Amino acid sequence: MSRSLLLKALGLVVIAALIFVPLTLNRYGIYIMSLWAIMTIAAMGLNLTLGYAGQVSLAQGAFVGLGAYTVAIMMTAGFGFWLPLVLAIIITFAVGWLLGYPALRVQHHYLAFVTLAFSTLVFLVFRNEEWLTKGIYGIMGFKRPSAFGVSFQKPIEFYYFTLGALALASAFMAWLVRSPWGRAFVALRENPIRALSLGVDTRRYTLMAFAIGSAMGGFAGALYAPLVEFIDPTPFTLALSLNLLMMVIVGGSGFFFGPFLGAAIGVLLPEWLRFAHGWYLIIYALFVMLLLIKTPTGILGIVENMIAARKTRAASAARAAASAGLDKA
Amino acid sequence: MMNFINLLMAGLATGAIYALVAIGFTLLWQTSQTINFAQGEFVMVPAFFVLAALNVGMPLPLALLVGLALSMLVLGVLFKRLLVDPMLRHGVLPLAICTMALSIFLKETVKEVYSAEASPFPSFLPGGNLNLLGATISIQSISIFVFAICAVVALQTFLTKTSTGRQMQATAQNPYVAKLLGVPVERMIMYTFLINAALVALASFLISPVYLAKFSAGETLGLAAFIAAIVGGFNQIRGAIVGGLLLGVIDNLAAAYISTQYRGAVPLFLLIAVILFRPQGLMGRAEERTV
Repeated sequence: MSRSLLLKALGLVVIAALIFVPLTLNRYGIYIMSLWAIMTIAAMGLNLTLGYAGQVSLAQGAFVGLGAYTVAIMMTAGFGFWLPLVLAIIITFAVGWLLGYPALRVQHHYLAFVTLAFSTLVFLVFRNEEWLTKGIYGIMGFKRPSAFGVSFQKPIEFYYFTLGALALASAFMAWLVRSPWGRAFVALRENPIRALSLGVDTRRYTLMAFAIGSAMGGFAGALYAPLVEFIDPTPFTLALSLNLLMMVIVGGSGFFFGPFLGAAIGVLLPEWLRFAHGWYLIIYALFVMLLLIKTPTGILGIVENMIAARKTRAASAARAAASAGLDKA
Repeated sequence: MMNFINLLMAGLATGAIYALVAIGFTLLWQTSQTINFAQGEFVMVPAFFVLAALNVGMPLPLALLVGLALSMLVLGVLFKRLLVDPMLRHGVLPLAICTMALSIFLKETVKEVYSAEASPFPSFLPGGNLNLLGATISIQSISIFVFAICAVVALQTFLTKTSTGRQMQATAQNPYVAKLLGVPVERMIMYTFLINAALVALASFLISPVYLAKFSAGETLGLAAFIAAIVGGFNQIRGAIVGGLLLGVIDNLAAAYISTQYRGAVPLFLLIAVILFRPQGLMGRAEERTV
């Protein structure tokens, strides 16, 4: 009984902390928490593509950028927030679907390089197509959204907005990975040939894994634009894609809560290390390397191993007790 | 036309350096399934070893030797022992992520410890210009090209003609059979890491006088090396040479004749086209996909 109860209690504490702790934080702290929520959504999308469906993608940052630019461009043109949001999701879904086609032909490191090239190309377009994206000068002058008469202008209000979006995205993911689709994605990762022979349309599911994962990146980007209220190409270099990939792997790829933990480490840890000034990225990189050497399946991988080891110990203890009982009888 | 010849020569010179880096990259992949995302930073770091040695007051030739030795120790032995060995059994992807973290680590360490500014780097090759039939050609470009090609030929000779080289090739092709035949597989893998470290150090000494030594210099170089390796063929040394030279020339010509803004895009299109239509690379053999 205790374990599931403990987990539920832990979940409640975390949710309560997410709601109430930011009230005590300053402007910058709230910004970091909002960023965490947004990066979690993007990492969740990548976790679907990589962790569940097993397709390596180094382009998630580009999709965040596509989403952010769609919203920024359309909001400055006076379309409000909601229409651009929907469009951002549709565009990234469609582009993600197209990016899935190479995945049908090539796998593993080749796929990593195709998506890497795509990511760099998207960055070049952001930087060079000034008529659309204003190039390095960036886009500003768009407001945070409001809904049903409630405005999300203030940092704390917008934080709750992103938290709501995160809850929505999590609910969608939870439903998706438990649905037959989620099972098909895992089948694709574990053994594509067997999945194909069992009648799973691997072609369609590969494209779907890319499209849905990318659309979640676009969703995150659409939230990122109103958070920073200024969009230029610098945040959307390859480094963002690599960071998101690190978040997924460090948290635990293929685990539902992996992206939450990974994004917490990727976004919050560098902030906690600020006292170390320029050294904080060095410490962060060292931490990631040591963690991966210790546990390549990420933090949740350790937890799972520990639980499995405890179960084995408990089972063997029970067996020993049972056989001892038999001996006596 | 004169301009074209100059661009071609400059392209061949950078291309030869790309080839050096790409060869190291493919060697690591062949013998130990390491996709080294820090390869660009590996090219950036040796220049700073040399600069540090020069600051202590060593003459240039000695400083270069010290730089080479330190690279082989840090980027060869330590890289293999501390990072690749513990990670390798966990598969390709976690190791690749680790090298990404390593690239951040190297970049930031150089930035914090040495300098965030670009530093000039002395060249050990002759400079100046050569007038040939009215065309002005940079001697440095030619000497870089010749030097890099000599290095590649020496490596190729080592790999095909000597016993150790052949054992290394056997290790790359099939470590199990190589082991059965009595090849000390572990030592051969260590040799590849040492060769990679030497190659990146050489590339570093050749390219830093041209583009200056800077902590962020590895970003473009690393990408160029990936592209060269894949375009040429991931499992062939001559593929890396062809890929590197082709990329260097295309990059330079594209910057001059197509668009400076999109010069970075041309190699990427080349990469995507090659991966989609000829995934084994221009010179490569198709790898059987295991079930």
